[in-house]
Amino acid sequence: MALIRDIAAVCKSKNAGPFDLTIDVVFDNDDLFERVRATGVLCPALFARLYDVAEADVLFTPYPAGRAFKATFPRLVPAGDIGDTDVYGCQQHAPMLDVDIPV
Amino acid sequence: MPEIRLLSTSGILGYGFPEESLNAGLARKPHMVGCDGGSSDPGPYYLGSGKPFASPMAIRRDLRLMLKGAIEHGIPMVVGTCGGAGGAPHLELVAAMVRDIAAEEGLHFRMALIHAEQDKSLIKRRIAEGRSRPLGRMKPLDADTVDRADRIVGMMGPEPYMRALDEGAQVVLGGRSSDPAPFAAVAMRAQLPPAPSWYAGKMLECGATPSIPKGHDCLLVTVRDDGVECEPTNPIRRCTPVSVANHSLHENSSPIHHYEPGGMLDTSDCRFDALTDRAVKVSGMRWEKADAYSVKLEAVEKIGYRAISICGTRDPLLISTLAPFLQSVKANVRAKAQDFGVAPEEYTLTIRSYGHDGVMAEREPVHDIAGHELGFLIDVVAQDPDRAAAVLAMARTNMLHTDFPGRLCREGNMAFPFSPSDIPAGPVFRFTMSHVVLPDDPCEMFPITYETI
Repeated sequence: MALIRDIAAVCKSKNAGPFDLTIDVVFDNDDLFERVRATGVLCPALFARLYDVAEADVLFTPYPAGRAFKATFPRLVPAGDIGDTDVYGCQQHAPMLDVDIPV
Repeated sequence: MPEIRLLSTSGILGYGFPEESLNAGLARKPHMVGCDGGSSDPGPYYLGSGKPFASPMAIRRDLRLMLKGAIEHGIPMVVGTCGGAGGAPHLELVAAMVRDIAAEEGLHFRMALIHAEQDKSLIKRRIAEGRSRPLGRMKPLDADTVDRADRIVGMMGPEPYMRALDEGAQVVLGGRSSDPAPFAAVAMRAQLPPAPSWYAGKMLECGATPSIPKGHDCLLVTVRDDGVECEPTNPIRRCTPVSVANHSLHENSSPIHHYEPGGMLDTSDCRFDALTDRAVKVSGMRWEKADAYSVKLEAVEKIGYRAISICGTRDPLLISTLAPFLQSVKANVRAKAQDFGVAPEEYTLTIRSYGHDGVMAEREPVHDIAGHELGFLIDVVAQDPDRAAAVLAMARTNMLHTDFPGRLCREGNMAFPFSPSDIPAGPVFRFTMSHVVLPDDPCEMFPITYETI
């Protein structure tokens, strides 16, 4: 068992345009990336649950060349609109840090 | 094999770069020096207000070094999305700086300005013709949304840049552009294929960001028929296969499918090979031409005026009853604002609690408050600045004085760091479009004007 905060090289969030948020989790080497992928823990359903969005609205892409997983889904509020808390979207990654991956 | 070398100075014009990095890049005899000038990331205010998000002082500094370098080496200087948002005032701000710098430095050249601000009647005509499409989850575009917009820009592809360079401009300043377009244009104009040309632009639009350690700095990309080579010009940085591959994750929805005007760059089969310990070759990218050329629109409309106040509490009794306390504050404000003639539908009051859920709001998974103090941002947006100020003053007073069960701090609930405590924050805008229109020609929405400096 391992938390993302202990095994990932990068765990970050950012706007993907004003209406979407994108989260990237990157690992240090191909072996770890493949072992994480094999667990199936990182998947659209995980992001849907952690960020309270419909699973159908999560675009999930494993990206072996970058040893990375990317998930993109709607922002809570469009960037800069009334009620937005994070115009750049770069502080929405924290719920990912405690995801436990059985590698 | 023909090759084109492209030099980018940083991720945004005005973010700064070391002068030695520019000089090291120019020593490699690039075919152009350029910089992306903008982003929608800082939010809708900048497109709405016509102001830049980088400071004019910092933009001028970067521009002066790039301009002198380009003219001295006889190569084009190309800047995309000038002034941050690429509307008419943004483009004019940067153009005026170029004219000033040229006069001060005694530089002479032909300059092209490519305009990206859109005429509402043209957009409405495209809607009526059925030549607009929503992106993502947006509804189809309608004429009302167009009419309500304070500013609309189209995002140009490489074609207007290629035309301006063909017409002999040495300095090309573009309005809103797809970030890679100014760079891709120079490579495609040299008959290099779209796939490596677009890929090069993708790397260059953020300056040295594809290298490590990260920092605002210069990147040199060499484009050939079969791929690109990326190398930072500052010896303290290096590109590695993973640092370059990971740049495909930056600010987009997919790392492998990149939609651009005219087609899609597919990077799913890219190979990343280290050429040296600082340079990486990328090959295997593909370009899929779209059935129809499309231009993305960005637009904002004004939704009101903001006033804010900042305060904090150190009272554990208040912190233990935070949610009901904030509810009573809001109820008091609603009643008292109504008394002085501002109805609830005329404003939005948001109270953000830092130390609780100020960063993630409803998506915050931690509900217990662990800290001994909380910070509050009181945010009012109303239809005019006077109403915003009036509702904010009432909200501030009620944060200070509203009673709560078990209250001992009967002189006041909140520490305010400033006098005056209330800050008018100007107009508030909203992004309203993420749509494309289908033009007859890639250049028709982007008229070019030329001047001799």
